[in-house]
Amino acid sequence: MTAIAMPPADDAIMARRAEIAAALREMVGDDGVVAGDNELRAFETDGFTAYRFVPLVVVLPQTTEEVSKVAAYCNANGIPLVPRGAGTSLAGGAIPQEDSVVICLSRMSEIIDIDYANRAATVEAGVTNLAISEAVSDDGFFYAPDPSSQLACTIGGNIAMNSGGAHCLKYGVTTNNLLGVTLVLVDGTVVELGGKHLDAEGYDLLGLICGSEGQLGIVTQTTVRLLAKPEGARPVLFGFQKSEAAGACVADIIGTGIVPVAIEFMDKPAIEICEAFAGAGYPMDVEALLIVEVEGSEKEMDDMLSRVVDIAQRHDVHVVKECQSATEAALIWKGRKSAFGATGRIADYICMDGTVPLGQLPHVLKETARIVDEFGLRVANVFHAGDGNMHPLILYNVNDPVEAQKVEECGMELLKLCVDAGGCLTGEHGVGIEKRDLMLYQYDKRDLDQQMAVRAAFDPKWVLNPAKVFPLEARGSGSVQAA
Amino acid sequence: MNGSMRLEPKCESEACEAVRKAVENRQSLRIMGGGTRSTIGAPVVADVELSSRALTGIVDYEPAEMVMIARAGTPMSEIDAALETGRQRLIFEPLDHRALLGSQGEPTIGGVVATNASGPRRFVAGACRDALLGARFVNGEGEAIKAGGRVMKNVTGLDLVKPLCGSWGTLALLTEVTLKVVPLVEAEATLVLHGLSAGQAAEAMAAAMATSLEVSGAAHLPQTIAATVDGLDGACTLLRLEGFASSVDARCEKLKSALRSFGELSTLPPYASRAVWQSVRNVTPFADSESDPVWRISMAPSRAHEMIAALNEGDALFDWQGGLVWLRLAGDAQVEKVRRLVAQHGGGHATLIRADDDLRASVPVFHPQAAPIAALSERIARAFDPNNIFNPGLMG
Repeated sequence: MTAIAMPPADDAIMARRAEIAAALREMVGDDGVVAGDNELRAFETDGFTAYRFVPLVVVLPQTTEEVSKVAAYCNANGIPLVPRGAGTSLAGGAIPQEDSVVICLSRMSEIIDIDYANRAATVEAGVTNLAISEAVSDDGFFYAPDPSSQLACTIGGNIAMNSGGAHCLKYGVTTNNLLGVTLVLVDGTVVELGGKHLDAEGYDLLGLICGSEGQLGIVTQTTVRLLAKPEGARPVLFGFQKSEAAGACVADIIGTGIVPVAIEFMDKPAIEICEAFAGAGYPMDVEALLIVEVEGSEKEMDDMLSRVVDIAQRHDVHVVKECQSATEAALIWKGRKSAFGATGRIADYICMDGTVPLGQLPHVLKETARIVDEFGLRVANVFHAGDGNMHPLILYNVNDPVEAQKVEECGMELLKLCVDAGGCLTGEHGVGIEKRDLMLYQYDKRDLDQQMAVRAAFDPKWVLNPAKVFPLEARGSGSVQAA
Repeated sequence: MNGSMRLEPKCESEACEAVRKAVENRQSLRIMGGGTRSTIGAPVVADVELSSRALTGIVDYEPAEMVMIARAGTPMSEIDAALETGRQRLIFEPLDHRALLGSQGEPTIGGVVATNASGPRRFVAGACRDALLGARFVNGEGEAIKAGGRVMKNVTGLDLVKPLCGSWGTLALLTEVTLKVVPLVEAEATLVLHGLSAGQAAEAMAAAMATSLEVSGAAHLPQTIAATVDGLDGACTLLRLEGFASSVDARCEKLKSALRSFGELSTLPPYASRAVWQSVRNVTPFADSESDPVWRISMAPSRAHEMIAALNEGDALFDWQGGLVWLRLAGDAQVEKVRRLVAQHGGGHATLIRADDDLRASVPVFHPQAAPIAALSERIARAFDPNNIFNPGLMG
């Protein structure tokens, strides 16, 4: 069995459940604590639904001060504390352990300040990603990182996982758009990092916090960069008869200095699944499809798209579909954006998230097909090609225990393939518990020891989200204590 | 630093050995690249100089993948020359401190990373820390460690490259860095607004940034500073556009229409545009007055000019839409007053970037931090360098 293990629950903590719930009620009020068996089930997993553990108690604070009290209490009592936003993590970043308190920031959802002169928005951590853009859209601004869960996911969760999205090719990921945070340290100390100015006066703690998966502190409020919306955006669709040609085309577009906002890749199985669902008018006689989107004025888009089409033609593009209308553009994206949902209708799937150097795309695609075939499974590839961030969806039947185990093993092999190609285990979803036990494949023990030493500088007792990111067997050496 | 001993490891394992020896002998180490920024920070008293200058060479450069991997001691001239052949550049425009500090020598890529040295494009395209994809370094126990990687998107584990970038050699000895590089642009132009006050300039720059025209440089040079830059005259507010030629032309016209209400406008041709941004990037207007202290202040763009008005002395060059202030004072650095005014105008930080040894030894060069952040930073430093042997005291 390859199941991912959680650290053993501490019986002494488990036995104190009523007392812990009562103490938390003192801090946040009766309506801010969830302790009933049925209600707790809502918090047993996140977007990585294969694993479920009912937490001890869930606490729903409304202020930074309440978060501070909860953290200080859990730290003093050695109770694992698992931060949670909307619970959309695909890597199990918000999955609790049985002896943990889940601190969910969904009730901290106020937009505090919009400041166009400094192109900054200050919001509480529980505000959804999309709500920020919606709040400033009428004034011609937006918040750039756009994970596909943006309707539900919170900005606090985005910071914890350093989330990306389809448009980060041009605008960067969360860390590149983050100006400041209010951070509650594990002992309850509240610190302000950054603000509306750029860069840190000392070490770049903001950069360290971003993507730390809730292990270094709890972000309760943040200031993020707002950008002026582009005049317009328009996609073009290319069909290729060889995946390799599509991969080479991507590298060529990037290399010429054109910065599309997005370059999305779909292989034949993905095209078939999406077309059957969305009727997007995708060509069915091609092996690979690229959607390239550019932004700017009408004239700029014409100019950039003509350059992009020229490049595609040098790579024997089989089908070129330019949009004549907003409706056509929307249809092209509808297919791509429904990829996960459409795949979910025909089978269960797991989505891997490794990143590879652009030049390795053709090799990695070929090997992916071979590995998945060896496991007797099927795969559809839909991914952010411009930055090499793969998203193979491996299809299986969740009710077949043999397949369920095979798919997990297959996913791990695909991630190893990405590391072997010079890439990494995760480009935007995070390590969580899903890839935790593969960390030693990408890093040496001493690399991880260094990361864990820095982790311990924030959280010496490993109270914050302690089951995540670092392999259980790699802990406990040197100055680092096991959870 | 007594200068009695200098080590120049030629490879990473020699560097590890040098650090382990220092730990054994309880010696502190002054990490040095090209030495062009060595007068920034508190003066360091160390037993041994540990130089990166023999750790040189571009390890890998793949223009098609937009990635360059270089050893830390590689001179910037070699990096720039290689990028030139690939028709690429570093998007964050690393600033060269030599003119401002009157220093000699060759800046290195490791020095750029260690100081997070980023120029005018930083406020829209990110700093060095945003382009740094990965690094190899030797920690304070003499272990070789890797952080990050070589791909554009990577959230695997803690992002240790961020704190290393801008740590001024106080956490580790960088041995190799991996940077994202980008293609050169086809064209650039700079729109100049004439005769604005710093407050009006802040408004004009904010208005420019509220358009979708992708301005990639926004600086304000008051009259006394503009007078020292070739091709400028009177107070000048500079707005740069870059990209394909046809797009630059079209956006320039649109930007002019959007900003017409701010007064007189002109356009700099490409060669003049490049030259003025080079001056802003390297703060050359303050180059010929080496004895006067210079501050580097980062604040909210809409507040910085108010702070400077309240100070009511010195010369201020505003970059990053006004949020980065290079402030030159005559004689007295006014340490307390400058920092008090920064705090009173929305906060930020002020670094005493140029000052004599005595002053740097007696006041905090880097902006003092709130006590819990200072304590946390100290714990992080000890996680990299348990014995505090690297550049002790440099950051205060």
